[in-house]
Amino acid sequence: MSDLFEILLTAGFWAATIRIVSPLIFGTLGELICERAGVLNLGIEGIMTVGAMSGWMWVYQGGGLWGGVLFAAAMGALFGLLHAAFTVQLGLSQHVTGIGITLFASALSYFVYRMLLPLATTPPKIEPFDEVAIPGLSDLPIIGEALFNQSPLTYLALLAVPVVWYVLHRTPLGLAVRMAGENPVAVEAQGINVLAVRTGAVVVGSALMAVGGAFITMSWFDAFYFGMINGRGWICVALVIFASWQPGKALAGAFIFAGLEALQVRAQVLAGGFIPYQFFLMLPYIMSILAMIVMARKTKYPQALLVPFRRGERV
Amino acid sequence: MPVLEFSGVTKRFGTLTANDSVSLTLEQGEVLALLGENGAGKTTLMNILFGHYQADEGTIFVDGKPLPPGSTQAAIKAGVGMVHQHFTLAGNLTVLENITLGTESLWSWRQETRTAREKLADMARDYGLAVDPDAQVSELSVGERQRVEILKALYRNARILILDEPTAVLTPQESEGLFAILKSLTAKGLAVVFISHKLHEILAVSDRIAVLRRGAIVGTLATKDADRAQIAEMMVGRAVTLPRLTPMEPGAAMLEIEGLSTTGGGASALRNIDLTIRAHEIVGIAGVAGNGQRILADVLSGLKGDFAGSVRLHGKSLAAGRPRAIVASGVGRIPEDRHARGMVGDMEVWENLISEDIRSREVSRWGLIIDRKRATARAERQIAEFDVRCEGPDAETKLLSGGNMQKLILARALSREPSFILANQPVRGLDEGAIAYVQNRLLEARQRGAAILLISEDLDELMALCDRIAVMSHGKLSEALPTGARTIAEIGLMMAGQDGDRQAA
Repeated sequence: MSDLFEILLTAGFWAATIRIVSPLIFGTLGELICERAGVLNLGIEGIMTVGAMSGWMWVYQGGGLWGGVLFAAAMGALFGLLHAAFTVQLGLSQHVTGIGITLFASALSYFVYRMLLPLATTPPKIEPFDEVAIPGLSDLPIIGEALFNQSPLTYLALLAVPVVWYVLHRTPLGLAVRMAGENPVAVEAQGINVLAVRTGAVVVGSALMAVGGAFITMSWFDAFYFGMINGRGWICVALVIFASWQPGKALAGAFIFAGLEALQVRAQVLAGGFIPYQFFLMLPYIMSILAMIVMARKTKYPQALLVPFRRGERV
Repeated sequence: MPVLEFSGVTKRFGTLTANDSVSLTLEQGEVLALLGENGAGKTTLMNILFGHYQADEGTIFVDGKPLPPGSTQAAIKAGVGMVHQHFTLAGNLTVLENITLGTESLWSWRQETRTAREKLADMARDYGLAVDPDAQVSELSVGERQRVEILKALYRNARILILDEPTAVLTPQESEGLFAILKSLTAKGLAVVFISHKLHEILAVSDRIAVLRRGAIVGTLATKDADRAQIAEMMVGRAVTLPRLTPMEPGAAMLEIEGLSTTGGGASALRNIDLTIRAHEIVGIAGVAGNGQRILADVLSGLKGDFAGSVRLHGKSLAAGRPRAIVASGVGRIPEDRHARGMVGDMEVWENLISEDIRSREVSRWGLIIDRKRATARAERQIAEFDVRCEGPDAETKLLSGGNMQKLILARALSREPSFILANQPVRGLDEGAIAYVQNRLLEARQRGAAILLISEDLDELMALCDRIAVMSHGKLSEALPTGARTIAEIGLMMAGQDGDRQAA
């Protein structure tokens, strides 16, 4: 047991946690924005794949790192627009469309990757983002190195949390987004275009998801693999519920999950002799489910989530 | 110059003409009552004004200028405010957030909450509309929510205020409060359109009355020249026959409840209820909603199977918790909420009509395959017999007005001539014509020999229709005494729990 606590004191554990948490923050915030506007976006898994591939490919083809991030965001926005076209403008099933977007976007990513690099056997690497140390803070013991000597994308993720919170809860635009997820008729009755608000939220949210995907190839593995998103999108969907659609709680939830994930890898090494490693693999998921049961019981979910809005229809 | 003018406005949904060349004017400072049966096109007309719908023909002028069609924003800008019948509020947000939505540029980086609060406080003082701006809407009472809706319109400087069936959800006291507010609004120069089908309210609150029937204006008249019978006839298109109870000798006991109790649910759990209803008898249950009426109805309709005590239909034990068996044993059910429990709006009329006996030989082959032809033919007969106004068996059910939907439920429940009828709030939200229709149908069933349990919050209705009345309070049911044995005041006291400690839910 004490060995387990020792893990918590290593800089490596914290560095891994931060690395794991960054894409989750982007993805969760993106999903949160979509759902606050009343649109479930199950395209997240595919949109993260698109982000991972397109950001990496941009750099591999000679583009700049930040250009790659922007390109990934733009590609994510494009698929968000596709999702919104079906679910918002046409009012089709959000579940079915989302799954469809995930299948389409993932497959298209792999296809384009193979088209452009037909001969690559070992995935080629790019020069990733350098860590940027924050003077002073990065010298703190244990967590200093982990928290304050990180990829700029990680800082961007951490910064995005208060920004998203502020926009959602302190600006007229955020109010319109939240209202669109609660009662679209009320938005319409106040003279605001519900479809535009929802479409905008899905596009912006999807762009954030794609940046989360780009983090994985541009700041972590430095290469693009098949199946590398590996369910992170679905974790984000669960984290949004865990967070009761609150950006702050989403950050906390992402950290808990990432911490457990980093811990289980290390615990495998520790106890690998007598406990099967599969047990550790499932540990973060089991803990997530338990946390969901505790946290999500009294959740006030957006009342109009999954409910399409059609103008001028008699109800 | 009138502040508002409709000129030849026509709106069609499919082959149904909801508004037929409507022309109408509204003057500054007046309350115009828009009167009509459900489905007459009142709400449709106002939804066109507010930009929810686009008219197929005709123009609307505000202050003499044509209003761009189909734009809510344009309507708000022109000074039109609408209080929808189903409130357009978000329960999880605060009053302030609900009111200020859309009043600031969406691209502003912060919300001007301070000026909003000041303006709200001013309005609360000027019009007597006090609401806590930081309260969550879901925590407000229905009356308070309506105040928020009115504030929302006034906050945007509405000069023409449309109220769609504003009293449908209010207690009599709250309605009085609303009328006082309307008086203070018109005194300040606002013009009000008041949609209703309740004659006594319209006579009390309006200056002028416009009557709509089947989408067309059949007449406008000054309220001071109007009398009740005349406008009722204008509205329905014929003289309305009010139901009259003829004394009858009750027959054998149809429903016998002894010691019925349920657990959970607080004030609405049933506590040791006894009740017997015989053939040729209507027994009413009076009470404030939430005192156990719904649980009792759920038990009798088969939606709730776990209870203590005995419930017997024609001497046989009730098939507890098995709705299909209960229906088959001769129970006709008129549920409380036609939209949520009575009908599936997205299905077609004929589908809803067979939904209670989907396995009967009458509409299916071997109870397995729906016989579309026979089901449709039967639906056509039922539609004709119960005077349901719709395009036919294939019409989408949600397109029907409330009264026609209720007729559909009657058709489904009463066609099989049930020996016991559970009627839970059968006329709530209906207009005079439809109310008389439903009540007369129930009286016919009584005549035929059915036993009827009528649950209602409207004492006048119970007094007019019931042989005996029992009062429900806190899950307990009083003895059912012959109508007239207790005065309305006595029943009111019993509804309040007699000892006076009970607050209306």
